[in-house]
Amino acid sequence: MNAIAASEIKTLRLSIYRYDPLKQEKPYMQDFDIDIPTEKDLMVLDVLMLAKEQDPSISFRRSCREGVCGSDGLNINGKNGLGCITPLSDVAKSNKLSIRPLPGLPVIKDLIVDMKQFVDQYKKVKPYLITDKKVDTREAIPQTIEEREKLDGLYECIMCGCCSTACPSFWWNPDKFLGPAALLQAYRFIADSRDTATEERLEQLEDAFSVFRCHGIMNCVSVCPKGLNPTKAIGEIKKMLVKRAL
Amino acid sequence: MAMNGKGTFLDASTLPVKEFDGIIVGGGGSGMMASLQLAKSGMNTAVVSKVFPTRSHTVSAQGGITCSIQSADPDDDWRWHMYDTVKGSDFIGDQDSIEYMCKEGPEAIFELENMGLPFSRTEEGKIYQRAFGGQSKDYGKGGQAERTCAAADRTGHALLHTLFQANVKAGTNFLSEWFAVDLVKNQNDQVVGVIAFEIESGEPYFLKSKATVLATGGAGRIYQTTSNALINTGDGTGMALRAGFPVQDMEMWQFHPTGIHGHGTLVTEGCRGEGGYLVNKDGERFMERYAPNYKDLASRDVVARSMFTEILEGRGCGPDADHVYLKLDHLGPEIVHKRLPGVTELSKRFAHVDPAEHPIPVVPTCHYAMGGIPTNVHGQVISQNPDGTDKIIDGLYAAGEAACVSVHGGNRLGGNSLLDLIVFGRSAGLHIEESFKAGIKMDDPSSDDIDYALRNLNRVNVSQSGENFVEVKKDLQKTMQMNFGVFRTEELMENGIKEVSDLRDKSQNIHLADKSSQFNTARVEALELLNLIEVAEATAISANERKESRGAHSREDFPDRDDENWLKHSIYFSDTKQVSKRDVNFRPKQVQAFQPIVRTY
Repeated sequence: MNAIAASEIKTLRLSIYRYDPLKQEKPYMQDFDIDIPTEKDLMVLDVLMLAKEQDPSISFRRSCREGVCGSDGLNINGKNGLGCITPLSDVAKSNKLSIRPLPGLPVIKDLIVDMKQFVDQYKKVKPYLITDKKVDTREAIPQTIEEREKLDGLYECIMCGCCSTACPSFWWNPDKFLGPAALLQAYRFIADSRDTATEERLEQLEDAFSVFRCHGIMNCVSVCPKGLNPTKAIGEIKKMLVKRAL
Repeated sequence: MAMNGKGTFLDASTLPVKEFDGIIVGGGGSGMMASLQLAKSGMNTAVVSKVFPTRSHTVSAQGGITCSIQSADPDDDWRWHMYDTVKGSDFIGDQDSIEYMCKEGPEAIFELENMGLPFSRTEEGKIYQRAFGGQSKDYGKGGQAERTCAAADRTGHALLHTLFQANVKAGTNFLSEWFAVDLVKNQNDQVVGVIAFEIESGEPYFLKSKATVLATGGAGRIYQTTSNALINTGDGTGMALRAGFPVQDMEMWQFHPTGIHGHGTLVTEGCRGEGGYLVNKDGERFMERYAPNYKDLASRDVVARSMFTEILEGRGCGPDADHVYLKLDHLGPEIVHKRLPGVTELSKRFAHVDPAEHPIPVVPTCHYAMGGIPTNVHGQVISQNPDGTDKIIDGLYAAGEAACVSVHGGNRLGGNSLLDLIVFGRSAGLHIEESFKAGIKMDDPSSDDIDYALRNLNRVNVSQSGENFVEVKKDLQKTMQMNFGVFRTEELMENGIKEVSDLRDKSQNIHLADKSSQFNTARVEALELLNLIEVAEATAISANERKESRGAHSREDFPDRDDENWLKHSIYFSDTKQVSKRDVNFRPKQVQAFQPIVRTY
């Protein structure tokens, strides 16, 4: 590994993807030299903010800066991840770092992509509880500890888009293949003991594209900043669909 | 249309208008609870949010949502929760509001569960509840209660995503990544909408509505070290102050005991609820000295002060003796990793320790504004008549952290903010729905009214030279941190007020060099600074005015609580920079009011 310990980094050559739709220019990479304080391991987002102090026109999204809001999904030295929880020491190579927008989605400006396609796919899976169980605002729908544990690894998705935009199947068919994030969400409700719409959900997924364009490439798993496993969830859906067809 | 991109001056005659029945500014917990209520009733509702809704700061809430749902304890009682909350508030929480919140809470929790919120569960299949600070059974006489409903330590995330999903289902109209700049008022002092622009295109609009809800969250970014997201810049509070409406109890800022040293990110109070405790450099569990009964689960103001006292007296940890340790390793990896997975993640990431093996270095961090825009239990914004009586502002509502209803008074209990969000987000929605049914009549704003609301956007857009807003913001955060921290004195605060006032002057002359229209985040940050300045100045002046120590407001020159003069809310107006007093509500409907007692834990 060429990863360099933070204490050795002094000046970082940061290369940022720039694009302004109102200027008649092609996108280009702009270099910045950033002085990095040596006593602590900065995150990629910290470095972007230092660059923005040099050039306030650099645009990127950020909010919680602690890896839970999902704003700052970025392509960092070629791999998708969240800027705010990716330490420089993990990704900077020979004091160089290159940051591009998430691949596969239209770029609005600089590091900001248009998430519409991603969100539309999410909405398609009816990402909400559908139940014919007795719903009463005076008590909870019962669920055992074991039933609830089935949601672990599913409900924690932060919709950052790192997985779907790392997925070649999503790149080719972003309108027809739902992508790992939306499918993880679909399985989150299928797996919920309180949800009674499994049949309806599976029926909606039963075509050649929605689920079956997943070829188990597993880029989604390798980039998920929350350590989730969409491929596994998709596998579960596939199994259910196959069983249903028999 | 008028192209703001080239720095053109905007005016009412060319400004496009979009009209809605209700506008919610802010897509966090309270905003989406209000919008859900309105969308379900078929009203044409828009949520105006400067970030995609699930990026809102509610997502960061960890430990849970406190409510007497009688799951951990079938005998639990909302009145006990009310007692704890009144005591926690150091007796300046409004008892009618606290009663409403604690009593209505269970219904709201079950509603969320029914919507799909993945709460952790008990052996009986009920919602899991854990112990949190300041919680008691039987009005403080029955020992520690377990009243905080949790989805592991990701309750805010689970809550916010569930609400977003419910709004998707209900067909709420999201104006996502739109920035609201200022309120539009007509000549009768009624609020008739907001000026906002779509961040992606930079296009400004007048969003017209008969009901505008400010659900813009906190403003922790007035301080240098805070648990708050970068977006928490007090936008609604700034808008209300600029429109001539007051704020209440702005001196009351909660410093959360367990911010990760060097970063400010929180680890939940639930760590201590699950059995963790704080130690100083000698390994001593020092909270036993400060709060013999509740120890590490005393309320947050008490714990934060105790930690700073340890540090100031030389018992801090680390090479600079500037923090203490939160010990969890004795709980074993099973509990730490299962119940506190998010904390484990944050602690590894930002403190480079696995809490199941090593203690986490922590120091208090600015966390929550107990103060805000004063409202009644229906979320209606309240101003003050010259004779000191309340005056309801037509068309304007506030909910959540931006509001001060006031259920937290001088100090909020852990787990009460999420409850506040959902209960009062919903009650604002209900009130708007009923008002619409009854019929609302409002005069249109004149073009002068609209032009007035455009003044700040115009000023920033056409600026040719002036101050660097990034520098002004940094200086503001520094002065607030130095002069309005956990321990306060008149000398420090007077100095702070002067500095903030100078920074306000500078903020009137900031320069936005980049005038481009598309996704210009620098424009957003420049406008956010104007809101930070309003909140900071309100905090500074109110803090100096309250000459006592109460709740989170701790003065070395006035170390005691002064019920004779200050069992009151402070009310601050930006235009006069004057602080007046407002009575605390001691008239709950179904129980006897809790009278002030000496507050010990």
